[in-house]
Amino acid sequence: MTKPPSNNPLPNKERIKLPRQRVPEQDPQVRAHNFQEVNLGFPAEQARQESLRCIECNKPGCIDLCPVSVNVRAVIDLILAGDYLGAASKVREDNALPAITGRVCPVEDQCESGCVLGKKGEPVGIAYLERFVADWERETGQFGSPVAAPATGKKVGLIGSGPASLACAGDLIQMGHQVHVFEALHELGGVLVYGIPEFRLPKDIVRHEIDVLRRRGVVFETNVVVGKTVTIDELMQEEGFNAIFIATGAGLPRFLNVPGEHFNGVYSANEFLTRVNLMRAYRFPEYDEPLYPCQDRDVIVVGGGNTAMDAVRSALRLGAKSASIYYRRTEKEMPARVEEVHHAKDEGVHFEMLVNPVEFLGDEKGNLTSVKCIRQELGEPDDSGRRSPVPIKGSEFVVPCHVAIIAAGTSANPLIQSTTPGLAVTKRGYIAAKEDTLATSKPGVFAGGDIVTGGATVILAMGAGRKAAKAINEYLKGLDEPKPEQAQATVQA
Amino acid sequence: MFEIVEARPLARGIKQFVIKAPRIAKKQRPGQFIIVRLDESGERIPLTIADADPQAGTITICVQAIGKTTMLMNMLEKGDFILDVVGPLGKPSEIEQFGTTVVVSGSVGTAMAYPTARELKRAGNKVVSIVGARSKDLLVLEDEVRAVSDKTYVLTDDGSWGEKGLVTERLKQVLESCKVDLVLAVGPVPMMRAVANLTAPLGIKTIVSLNSIMVDGTGMCGGCRVLVNNSSQFACVDGPDFDAAQVNFEVLMQRNNMYREQERTSIELLQADPGAELKKLREENARHACALDAVEASHD
Ligand SMILES: Cc1cc2nc3c(=O)[nH]c(=O)nc-3n(C[C@H](O)[C@H](O)[C@H](O)COP(=O)(O)OP(=O)(O)OC[C@H]3O[C@@H](n4cnc5c(N)ncnc54)[C@H](O)[C@@H]3O)c2cc1C
Ligand code: SF4
Ligand code: FES
Repeated sequence: MTKPPSNNPLPNKERIKLPRQRVPEQDPQVRAHNFQEVNLGFPAEQARQESLRCIECNKPGCIDLCPVSVNVRAVIDLILAGDYLGAASKVREDNALPAITGRVCPVEDQCESGCVLGKKGEPVGIAYLERFVADWERETGQFGSPVAAPATGKKVGLIGSGPASLACAGDLIQMGHQVHVFEALHELGGVLVYGIPEFRLPKDIVRHEIDVLRRRGVVFETNVVVGKTVTIDELMQEEGFNAIFIATGAGLPRFLNVPGEHFNGVYSANEFLTRVNLMRAYRFPEYDEPLYPCQDRDVIVVGGGNTAMDAVRSALRLGAKSASIYYRRTEKEMPARVEEVHHAKDEGVHFEMLVNPVEFLGDEKGNLTSVKCIRQELGEPDDSGRRSPVPIKGSEFVVPCHVAIIAAGTSANPLIQSTTPGLAVTKRGYIAAKEDTLATSKPGVFAGGDIVTGGATVILAMGAGRKAAKAINEYLKGLDEPKPEQAQATVQA
Repeated sequence: MFEIVEARPLARGIKQFVIKAPRIAKKQRPGQFIIVRLDESGERIPLTIADADPQAGTITICVQAIGKTTMLMNMLEKGDFILDVVGPLGKPSEIEQFGTTVVVSGSVGTAMAYPTARELKRAGNKVVSIVGARSKDLLVLEDEVRAVSDKTYVLTDDGSWGEKGLVTERLKQVLESCKVDLVLAVGPVPMMRAVANLTAPLGIKTIVSLNSIMVDGTGMCGGCRVLVNNSSQFACVDGPDFDAAQVNFEVLMQRNNMYREQERTSIELLQADPGAELKKLREENARHACALDAVEASHD
């Protein structure tokens, strides 16, 4: 296959000598005390410099490892041509929310881990480039709204407004269907608004993406808890929805089930982050929602994922005297994005590995005062090959702590499953959906995102949304075709 | 955006609102609640649904001004808007034919107990209501309660209306005088705890409706957790009704005090200039209403 003409003037051997561009960031000392975005993003010149590094592989590993196969090589070439809007449109062909994924994708496990330059040096900064074109598009107020297919008259209900649902909505509206999104909370965006903090993903960006969808005709209805306010059967039988996509996320917080978890100051990460992000408790009393004070106090976050990093860095910004991560395994096993771990360290977060809380201790008023932990070591590898931590006898210790935030994962919220007859669930309570179409056991009902996979990533949720949109489109087409037995009947008549 | 179609004072510091919320009006059952957020900077608070009219698409709630949000809410009038109302949340109260039931309620709790009392009566139970308040001017829905009860006792702490005394004293006498199959207690936590202490040794099934602090109301945050039978339960989805004998009221009270300091700050700020807060709410919500109209118009 011959390569298309390239906009890169440099020979390959020059390109690989170029160093990876460092993205400008807020100073760690300053940003540890504010909620403004940490990464400032590439200016155009840096985006060009970084793009020049790409050697335009024949078989680009970056595209292979992108969960939605964004045509990275073509995007980079358009940046070099100076056609930023074209580059943004190119990303949007496969990824509906580039300004968001460019900020939150675990790229070190995806596109950037597939980049050939990473074999010897550092990979191309693909996420920063994606973010650059998406921000450029938004900041210059340009948006190449694609032309939608003619109206089909079919109505699809999407439940939840996280990335799975937003991606699905974008595709369905494009296919000419009516799209109605139901969200339980008062704000749209799912984890993007209630979980991921402002300093990592400014809410204005999420709001912008939703506005774009609204302008394209998607109807959003907040304050509707499907299963409570209205059921799926009612939506289909009484409100005329032809198909439903369930994308309600993995919303149930897991606690540790150790003594003392009821003390004031012990939070689930979901609650802590919801208060801070969705309810803007960091701006109390301008905003009414209160937060148990972190100011000048010791805060411990239990867990090692993105949620834990977001919580601990929020606590720091709220003025914590000390903000620590307590994780039961070692740093190597921490599921958080590498960049977030670096950022947390630069900001002064303390990391304590191979420890597990066994009890929370409080005073007579019911307020948390300290945590009793036990040290652990990695044991023999289990069936999955992972070495599970085992407690070391007699290694218990007590640390002072006023706020403890538990980020030990989430599970499926049973609300929809328990109110929708005929909807099959997995052993762990997630919704069972077919791998290829995301169809559930209930005709016309599809499901995707964290409610099917368990807590995963933004980009995987978006991929599921797109897959579902395709399958829903096929399903809706099928509704208009005469059923096989009817066709038979006509022939006989 | 949810319109207040009726607002009337019920008692000192207690106001009744009828709110347009067709989806909720259609689905709600006694014992369920809503969560409201008054305006853009508002917190989310749970309020029990006191009544509903599915035809008119309205729900009724009774609000006692105790914190910043309820104080501000009670300044609202007919024609005002509430930014967010979501529900119906929680499990409906269990309504069966139990036999003789006693419904004990204190102050604004009476408004919350009333719909359940009414349904208990409809289900064929004998309903004895014991309604209490600190004084006469804090008493609500007395006539409504009388209308659905076989026997009603009204008590005030200061004797300014009905009998002088505590609801628990009256309950004790009722329990001694006849066989009771179910007790329902709704009101301040100390009152519910006192009822539980009375009925638990007698083995009488007793239900309390718990008012823990909530955020989402869908099981997502765990902030509403209460200790029931020594295990953590989420009041918003597992409740709000629980078996009184198993509830740890101490922990409930401690958790309900969690944000005391902040609550005081908010109240002070509101009281410094209540008019300004009200004006801000009205202006903001009017802006939201305009924006919504614009979106709807663009879809037509
Ligand atoms: C704090 C945090 C940080 C994260 N950081 C990253 C990251 O950096 N990178 C990354 O890739 N991933 C990250 N993740 C994971 C990622 O956010 C999720 O995998 C993704 O958001 C899942 O999308 P979803 O659409 O399936 O569900 P969600 O985003 O969870 O959205 C579900 C929505 O459905 C609504 N809902 C639930 N039940 C109902 C109902 N009954 N009726 C109506 N609406 C309902 C919810 O309110 C919610 O708004 C993070 C997660 C958390 C919690
Ligand atoms: S793998 Fe790296 S060098 Fe190759 S095309 Fe992708 S970004 Fe460019
Ligand atoms: S209010 Fe959040 S789980 Fe109950």
